[in-house]
Amino acid sequence: MAKVQTPLNRSNKIKTAKKNLQESRSLYYDAWLRLKRNKAAMVGLFFVILLVVVAIFAEVLAPYDPYAQNLDYRLKPPTAQHLLGTDDYGRDILSRIIYGSRVSLMVGVISEGIALILGVLLGAIAGYYGGKVDNFIMRLCDIMFAFPELLFCIGIMFALGPGIYNVFIAIGFVGWAGYARLVRGQILSLKRMEFVEAAHASGAKDIRIILKHILPNTLAPIIVMLTLSIPGAIMSEASLSFLGLGAQPPTASWGSMIYDGRSYLRTFPWFSITPGIAIMLTVLGFNLFGDGLRDALDPRLKR
Amino acid sequence: MTSYIIRRLLSMIPVLIGITLITFILINVVPGDPVVNMMGKRVDAQTIANIRHQLGLDRPLYIQYFDFLFKAVRGDLGRSFYNHQDVMKTILQRFPATVKLSLTSMIVAIIIGLTVGIVSSVKQYTFFDHSSMIVALMGISAPVFWVAIILQLIFGLKLKWFPISGYSGPEYMVLPAIALGTRFAATIARMSRSSMLEVIRQDYIRTARAKGLSERVVIYKHALKNAMIPVITIIGLQVGGLLTGSILTETVFGIPGLGRLSIEAINNRDFPVIQGTVLFTALVFVFTNLIVDISYSFLDPRIRYDGGEG
Repeated sequence: MAKVQTPLNRSNKIKTAKKNLQESRSLYYDAWLRLKRNKAAMVGLFFVILLVVVAIFAEVLAPYDPYAQNLDYRLKPPTAQHLLGTDDYGRDILSRIIYGSRVSLMVGVISEGIALILGVLLGAIAGYYGGKVDNFIMRLCDIMFAFPELLFCIGIMFALGPGIYNVFIAIGFVGWAGYARLVRGQILSLKRMEFVEAAHASGAKDIRIILKHILPNTLAPIIVMLTLSIPGAIMSEASLSFLGLGAQPPTASWGSMIYDGRSYLRTFPWFSITPGIAIMLTVLGFNLFGDGLRDALDPRLKR
Repeated sequence: MTSYIIRRLLSMIPVLIGITLITFILINVVPGDPVVNMMGKRVDAQTIANIRHQLGLDRPLYIQYFDFLFKAVRGDLGRSFYNHQDVMKTILQRFPATVKLSLTSMIVAIIIGLTVGIVSSVKQYTFFDHSSMIVALMGISAPVFWVAIILQLIFGLKLKWFPISGYSGPEYMVLPAIALGTRFAATIARMSRSSMLEVIRQDYIRTARAKGLSERVVIYKHALKNAMIPVITIIGLQVGGLLTGSILTETVFGIPGLGRLSIEAINNRDFPVIQGTVLFTALVFVFTNLIVDISYSFLDPRIRYDGGEG
């Protein structure tokens, strides 16, 4: 009797295939298991989640309106009503720190988003097409790297004018070069691989090959770079706001709060100290989580 | 080696031209006329036009740019719009403070960072190791200007050990150097620890121990040499961070350095000074990177820049 594929043994086949799929864990699931064992990374993840939660639920969590002034109650030390005291306008510092997390989170998301999109796009074009385009984009990268980031941001802020949205743009436009170099390097090594050649042979368009075949394979290092770049962006925003170029009053930003508190350092040091702790914990969280993520996604690097 | 250096120097030219071009474009898209800004709004249009003509601002942009470029090559960066001083002179006046600050903080950071890193690696998983690595992590995560303020608060206002602002003697450099160096020291401590741990596990270290060398000799003569290579790389990479950090540190401590100059220039819309400081900073940055790269080949004979692509 000839072998006929009956519906029964077909469904059996699907079952075994599904079973196999469950057993073979995906790269990211595997990485998550490794990450879960890394205590430092979990501490980092805690602070990252804390930032996100605080930023999203700021209205609920903040005990006071961060912009409500009370000039009769200025520069008061911490009390039960105002856990971290009040600032020079009588505003509740804790509430302002809670709202300030929004600025930091937005810098992380928007600025790094801009940098990521620009970098991946330019890196992919450079790596995939090579030649003159590649040369031009890489020289642009050299220029970006040949100059301290913050000073570049300051220059752009000068052109755009102060303001928090301009900060997002400035940091985004300054940060793309790292992603571009990374993606370009990955693509250079990937585009010689057989699966890309196969896609070419089957007539796939360039854009489809880049988006569907090459980029997914560069995702892991990009995620790591993103996680480790966010603290830099948060720090840049804080620095710009501290220099008076970023968030403008009355917006609550950690960097500008530290600046505001400087004048009262002698009499009321908490004003400057507490927002700094918020910055430090946030940056620390991203750094720890990013380090753990790097080890988890690339076990070969693990010491 | 010589050909490598020449190639690197040549490759700097497009980078520097690119940077000046970008600054030039940025300056010129800025809304607001520098002359109006300088003279105030009450001056009549004719006077403003005259001053614009005097400063050469009425020429087409590309002529202004090339004029700047050709003069810059000869070391002439023009005159400040704000106080009419020679920009090159001003920069050279301000630069030593930044160099002093950066070098002091770098030396302090290297000494502290290396010592902590090496001791932590030798005493891995001890209390010293854990606590110093936690402190290092905090040092990496804390903003420079915040560390500066905390130092001012503790050592300036409370303990009154050091002055909190100004620039007139060596005691004025202590707090700024520590503030600027904290992040740097923390990075070096972390890097040298992990690098040492990696080297200590290698066979030649086991051999050295097995043949009965004292632990001191093994650590300081055999392990340290190889562990230093990645540390030097990190030191090289941090130079940019020092330049950035010096802007913030100089602002907090009121040090009249290059960083402060660039912020002042930006606030005053002083175009020639902005152009000049940007070009000068880029030049310093690019050259330090070159020096760092060259120094690798002395430290690690495996790195050769001659021949090939480099």
